[in-house]
Amino acid sequence: MRRRLTGMVLASALAITTIFGGCKGSGSAGENGQIVVYNWGEYIDPDVIDMFEEETGIKVVYEEFTTNEDMYPKVSSGAAAYDVVCPSDYMVQKMIEEGLLEKLNYDNIPNIANIDKDYLESAKQFDPDNEYCVPYCWGTVGILYNKTMVEEPIDSWDVLWDEQYKGEILMQKSVRDAFAVALKKLGYSLNSKDDAELEAAKQELIEQKPLVQAYVIDEVRDKMINNEAAIGVIYSGEAIYTQRENSDLEYVVPKEGSNVWIDGWVIPKNCSNKEGAEAFINFMCDPEIALMNFEYITYSTPNKAARELIEDEDIKNSKVAFPDKDVLDRCETFNYLGEEYDEIYNNLWKEVMSK
Amino acid sequence: MNKKSLAYPYIIWMIGFIVLPLIMVVYYGLTDNTGSFTLDNLTEILVDYNYKALWLALGLSLISTLICLILAYPLAMILKKISLNQHSFIILLFILPMWMNFLLRTLAWQTLLERNGVINSILSMLNLPKLNIINTPYAIILGMVYNFLPFMVLPIYNVIVKIDPNVINAGKDLGASNVQVFTKIILPLSVPGIISGITMVFIPALTTFVISDLLGGGKILLIGNVIEQEFTQAGNWHVGSGMSLVLMIFILLSMAILAKYDKKGEGTAF
Repeated sequence: MRRRLTGMVLASALAITTIFGGCKGSGSAGENGQIVVYNWGEYIDPDVIDMFEEETGIKVVYEEFTTNEDMYPKVSSGAAAYDVVCPSDYMVQKMIEEGLLEKLNYDNIPNIANIDKDYLESAKQFDPDNEYCVPYCWGTVGILYNKTMVEEPIDSWDVLWDEQYKGEILMQKSVRDAFAVALKKLGYSLNSKDDAELEAAKQELIEQKPLVQAYVIDEVRDKMINNEAAIGVIYSGEAIYTQRENSDLEYVVPKEGSNVWIDGWVIPKNCSNKEGAEAFINFMCDPEIALMNFEYITYSTPNKAARELIEDEDIKNSKVAFPDKDVLDRCETFNYLGEEYDEIYNNLWKEVMSK
Repeated sequence: MNKKSLAYPYIIWMIGFIVLPLIMVVYYGLTDNTGSFTLDNLTEILVDYNYKALWLALGLSLISTLICLILAYPLAMILKKISLNQHSFIILLFILPMWMNFLLRTLAWQTLLERNGVINSILSMLNLPKLNIINTPYAIILGMVYNFLPFMVLPIYNVIVKIDPNVINAGKDLGASNVQVFTKIILPLSVPGIISGITMVFIPALTTFVISDLLGGGKILLIGNVIEQEFTQAGNWHVGSGMSLVLMIFILLSMAILAKYDKKGEGTAF
């Protein structure tokens, strides 16, 4: 969801670096062991990892994934032992329910105090007692549009079904996000388990398909910057970056409501260095570090102390990064819907895709 | 040292990376979540959207294979005619892009074809109409032809270059016209190369999911994309494997045809 390059290129680049650069780290294995971190692509300031290694003497093996769904089988099958993973809300819930996660020992994570209580409160929707997950980034899903290419300011999902923007629309290529848009447009919950509502949402998406230029994930960002399309569905965290690059772009959370999401650090059951993992999570909650990450990836931080440190007042008070409460009240988090509904959503999505 | 023992590393390699994975695909394809035997994963292909993706993939890869053949055959003939220096240069031109990663090459096409991409910028500079094929099946065909053309050229070239000039001269001495020489001598003798080229283009084109993903804008689902999504998005390895088995039927069919026409293995690419 938050990778910045096409994951496949990343994967191949990774393969190349492991072949040619594989021996780089092995000589300097940390004196305090190592941890394996599994995070979204381009979701951290690389300097932060070096600083962590220097400060703690723990070597970090860093790996990246593209979607929650890509990450899940690797962690659940135990094929690779990760120490820290950064899934989204509904995936955290699924992993808790399946007993894949280790409870955190907050004695080792004193920096949790820097995290705004409000976000810990919202995290309870998927982690009821805040036992498993420390929020890392959060944001909304909304519409990014090019002011010079649309008639009037946009405030509704309806615009994604407007004939006059045929071929100018970029949709998210992931089941839950695409269905969230259609369900919200129809005024339903984005966690709907009502077959009639889902059928209606599917019809909407099928109707929309001829108008869509492409279904993409991160490419939305670059395509919008390059004026390839007028309207795109995007994560708020990318919006600040795109606006920096192209000042014609505007981000809005539609009035019908949208998705608000939280990605957080969790420790899988089969981790090999729990203390190291907790040290890493603690390090990430340090205000200075959280600020570095925020400035690098531009995804909203739940770290209150870090937000205080933001120097640029425009960013600090940005409605995109830190929307008002009334916007958030319109938004819902994704819940894990269970295996049965996962499959139903997937099959409906395939029907949309094959039209 | 016994010569046979030299083969062991290859046997271990083949067992580990070809046979075992195949056995796993067959196992997953024929079982359900509980591990009991089922054929449901195979019949999944008959579901409307999977079936359509298969037909579309067959259609697009057939078209691409045909275009490759039409482009490659004359080129192979030209290569045979020109001097050794020149033709190794042309072959180098064909092989050179293959040193670059396949994904990067396909991504480059995305950038080239985009609405405000390189090609359209040049066209609009020349006041020519824009080319709008990105995110359509045409772009996918272009991507397939571009990526797989060398696999058609090389086997055909390899076969044609081995045709004994004396056979052609004999034909001419006996009064055959150029057309007759081509239809009665060169074409029949190059069949193994053609068949080999067809399989080498058709199979990867049929199974690709990257090209359709990058150049089709995610709007066009081929059977490769369906299988990929079963594994990555849906996390359903059983259905994914089941459909891979169905796809394998087509691959085995083309390999059977190859074996029938190319008994001596002449038409191999390298």
